[in-house]
Amino acid sequence: MKEAPMEEILKTQDLKAYFEELEILKGINLSIPKNRVTAIMGPSGCGKTTLLRCFNRMHEETPGAHTKGKIFLEGKDILSMNPILVRKMVGMVFQKPNPFPTMSIYENVLAGYRLNGIKLRKEEAQGIVEESLKKAVLWDEVKDFLHRRGTFLSGGQQQRLCIARALAVNPKLLLMDEPTSALDPKATRRVEELVTELKEAVTIVIVTHNTSQAGRVADYTAFLYLGELIEFGPTEELFTAPKDPRTEEYLTGKFG
Amino acid sequence: MKEQGIALRLWKDRVASLVIFALALIPLIPLFLILFQLFSKGASSLSLHFLTSLPRPPGEAGGGVVNAILGSILLVAMASILAVPTGVLAGIYLSEFYDRLLPNMVRTAADLLQGTPSIVIGIMACAWVVRPLHHFSALAGSAALAIIMLPVIVRTTEEVLVLVPKEIREGALALGVPRWRMILQVVLPTGLVGVATGILLSMARVAGETAPLLFTAFGNPFLSWKPTEPIDALPLVIFNYATSPYADWWRQAWAASLVLILLVLFLNTTARLAARKMGGR
Repeated sequence: MKEAPMEEILKTQDLKAYFEELEILKGINLSIPKNRVTAIMGPSGCGKTTLLRCFNRMHEETPGAHTKGKIFLEGKDILSMNPILVRKMVGMVFQKPNPFPTMSIYENVLAGYRLNGIKLRKEEAQGIVEESLKKAVLWDEVKDFLHRRGTFLSGGQQQRLCIARALAVNPKLLLMDEPTSALDPKATRRVEELVTELKEAVTIVIVTHNTSQAGRVADYTAFLYLGELIEFGPTEELFTAPKDPRTEEYLTGKFG
Repeated sequence: MKEQGIALRLWKDRVASLVIFALALIPLIPLFLILFQLFSKGASSLSLHFLTSLPRPPGEAGGGVVNAILGSILLVAMASILAVPTGVLAGIYLSEFYDRLLPNMVRTAADLLQGTPSIVIGIMACAWVVRPLHHFSALAGSAALAIIMLPVIVRTTEEVLVLVPKEIREGALALGVPRWRMILQVVLPTGLVGVATGILLSMARVAGETAPLLFTAFGNPFLSWKPTEPIDALPLVIFNYATSPYADWWRQAWAASLVLILLVLFLNTTARLAARKMGGR
């Protein structure tokens, strides 16, 4: 798939991330193309989750964690912004589905508004709930019991509920941290299909340690190893003609 | 030979199970003895009249403990008003900032307070509240009870909130929710049943406290709603009646004990039911 030069939505400049003294990311320069799915893959401990968590400033929520460098979201350096404002533009889906246990499905979808003290008119709220659940391909399964707890759903449904919750506030960027690692193969497939559908509306960055998942869903792939960005490019190119021997070794299963 | 060895082991296993079962029943014995004794001695004096009348002077038949029942309820309620908001907020603080110096000091202080004899807390409430006001008062009693409740509420709130999964907190933060809203609207509701259980258990505990009330609430044979006046409480009535020389008052002490233990059992059972509801979710 050859295409015109990509439009980038997010760009990192010599991004370094630390836990205490330990350098997890060693100067990452990466551009995330707009309205595409970008996968970040690499072996366990390579820093891929840390990199993702830098994009919405969640990394620094861990005690002892800090970052250096720059991250530009549509040209603005998010590391010098208030994290709360960053997170309103950058949504996140976690490894383990985490619907809020005290809230109904309906309330979960609206959590981004309600927990931020934004009052919605009833029709407006209903519209957002329906639209978000439809985007997350969950509407047909839950439309008859929207006011039941989200925790009664299956793992795959819970994860799609979390995707709906993230989409409800119209983020520019959706981060997914190994979103299928807690799901069975069938639920995994549904989430993967969803990811490819969603890129029309939102840019997605997905972390995975599963190379075939990157191959299935991602337009672009970044390969991270020991805190360094080894290679980045269109998924097809990276998978068929890797430039770096380490990428090839990882893809052919020599390590990781 | 081999067959026999297994048979012997199975036999030993059965004996051991039986012994453990028998030993596990031992803790139940005192509880049932207490309940049995209280019912056999107190139930006969327990009547609607007893629950709704004021005490009468010795020698006069009848009389009840309505002043003490209402007094106990008022004391525990006022103590809760003092201890619940403070304790829950401190518990939230400890669960959110667990690894810093001040939280560690607060935690240690709470544990020490929990181990402080209640009579010492009573003396302190006497010095802090009774002396400045120049007389015994319900307020002083509630203050003493609140100090006893506080560490229990602090530590249970902390323990319950620490158990709220990290994923739930991060889920809220990732939506751009400020930390204080995350705590109040996501973390606290998630642990609410557990926090409520801790509060009920602490109320059950102080409902039976006697020592700190002796020189704070003091006791009062009349109905009183004024926080600044002395007030009666069930444990005080039991203490005063049981140490009196009148046989009629001894009977009433038994009945008051029965009322008190039923009240405490009610609070305890409610707390356990609430906890089970949380466990089932």
